[in-house]
Amino acid sequence: MALLEIRNITRRFGSLEAVKDVTLDIEAGEFFTLLGPSGCGKTTILRMIAGFDAPDAGELYLDGRPLAGMPPEKRPVHTVFQSYALFPHLTVAGNIAFPLEMAGRSRDEIRRRTTETLALVHLEDKGDAFPHELSGGQKQRVALARGLVNKPRLLLLDEPLGALDAKLRERMQGELIALQREVGVTFVFVTHAQQEALALSHRIAVMNEGRIEQLDVPEALYSTPKNRFVADFIGTINLIAAAVVEASRHGLRLAAPGLGEIAAPVHGAVAVGSNGALAIRPEHLRISGHADRAGLKNHFAGAVVEYLFLGDVTVYKVRLDNGLLLEALATNAGPGRARFHEIGDRVSVEWRHDAGVFLPD
Amino acid sequence: MPASSSRTDRSARLTRWLVTLPPALFLVVFFLIPALIMAAASFREPGEFGGLAPLAERGFSLDAYRFVLDDVIYAWILAKSFAVAGLTTLLCLVLAYPLAVLIVRSPKRRRDLLVLLVILPFASNFLIRIYAWMIILGPLDLLYSPVAVIVGMVYVHLPFMILPLYTNLEKHDPALLEAAQDLGAGGWARFWCVTWPLSLPGVLSGSALVFIPVLGMFAVPELLGGTGDLLIGNLIKEQFLDNRDWPLGAALSLLLTLAVLAVAGLSSALTRNRGQM
Repeated sequence: MALLEIRNITRRFGSLEAVKDVTLDIEAGEFFTLLGPSGCGKTTILRMIAGFDAPDAGELYLDGRPLAGMPPEKRPVHTVFQSYALFPHLTVAGNIAFPLEMAGRSRDEIRRRTTETLALVHLEDKGDAFPHELSGGQKQRVALARGLVNKPRLLLLDEPLGALDAKLRERMQGELIALQREVGVTFVFVTHAQQEALALSHRIAVMNEGRIEQLDVPEALYSTPKNRFVADFIGTINLIAAAVVEASRHGLRLAAPGLGEIAAPVHGAVAVGSNGALAIRPEHLRISGHADRAGLKNHFAGAVVEYLFLGDVTVYKVRLDNGLLLEALATNAGPGRARFHEIGDRVSVEWRHDAGVFLPD
Repeated sequence: MPASSSRTDRSARLTRWLVTLPPALFLVVFFLIPALIMAAASFREPGEFGGLAPLAERGFSLDAYRFVLDDVIYAWILAKSFAVAGLTTLLCLVLAYPLAVLIVRSPKRRRDLLVLLVILPFASNFLIRIYAWMIILGPLDLLYSPVAVIVGMVYVHLPFMILPLYTNLEKHDPALLEAAQDLGAGGWARFWCVTWPLSLPGVLSGSALVFIPVLGMFAVPELLGGTGDLLIGNLIKEQFLDNRDWPLGAALSLLLTLAVLAVAGLSSALTRNRGQM
């Protein structure tokens, strides 16, 4: 039995359906992420788990028991808020002790657990400080400590890294993974930042307009997105419009207008004649100076129109002769030179026949 | 230190002076100097037909203070005034707190209307409102009683408690209550562990705004209180207008001022201890 079972929940605000018939299971010990653009319903689901909102239809079960009618203060579920919501009149230790006091723990236990948890988030020397004396990263750690101290069944995290600057966010990501592994509490994480989701999660549910578009491990979401929304939302991807000419166990033959034939791998059943797009990541494309190789399988001629030098990699934008714009990524691992193509260079863009995924319309 | 920064320092200092000077001047002329005159008057002798006896003939004396200290009735009246002020403050707090919470929790447009209603009584004359209470309390057989005094005091001073509380409560981040609930706090725990401690600055400033004026108030006890309900404010007024004993009135005023300062000092010390808000 899953730790948290969400069964066909729907939530309407007026005429807007914020969550549409969502079903999912979250397993004990998991780092689970709800990922999607703002307004996709992910925060509404989080609030329903916490008890601040209730579904119009459907049920939530925690450890097999229905959550309906149980107020937030009675649920063994704690939240780390985006704004942290630290109590300004309490010290760091006072903030962390709060849930223990509410649970009526003994004074000894409160002192012991508070000290332990302060150490867990590396704030041993900040127990007597007030929240306004802390940096953003420190506040974040206090909020985490406060959420974890009373060992909830679930810790909900509502875009907790959103307020931090890029460098600090990266460091907190590492700390968050280590922390979750150490305490073993199940995390439900809400974010619109796909990179963050990929880096942190065991499993991700990609949401759009109140529905789950795809629920999978990060690697699978990235390499085999199920539809255009997921392909587009996670990472960068090239979409090449094409129709299926032939489908077999070994692969697909696609016809792309203005390009000709493309060989593609097969993921799931695809009907011959169906229209769609081949979705292929920039790192799967190779650029070579041999524009004359066009005509070989999956080789197409074009010209470099733009590049972005990013240090470790360079992103090239190549316009194929049929007008299609593709993005290709080249690692700058060669000796000496970091770039190989200039704007205007005639090049060939090529990829393996088993790269990419065909997404029917 | 570079020259430019000391120049900006100087101009900042100048601005500070220009801003603080007018109110400071006002306070010196209309508060400090009169207070000193009054303090000096308390060490003089009363004149035969009111006012003060000529300084050349009678000089300074401690008679007024001796008189106050000799008769326990003055200490009793001061204590009673403090009790009335304390009780009024407490009742105002108990009435104002739920009201302020209600106002803060109403939708924005209704909120402005409610605040307007709180200050609306100021639009009509203070004495008329007290006479209105006489008409209300008379048939209830409560007029000229301690109850009437307290009712009047609470009525007059309630807005001074509501407004600071409202201003304070309005600033509370609603996410804090949600966080408290999320972390296991029920309704009462949320109030006592979050709302109440965060509202203490508002409670203290509201209390000072009620307590101090009630101590000096003479109109309400005069009109609503019975003859036995003399408070320190009435006593002082009587010395100046009826008994024509200015030194005694001045001495009582000075003692009252000192008592008020002590209360204000205590309240600001309490606020300072909770400065991190």
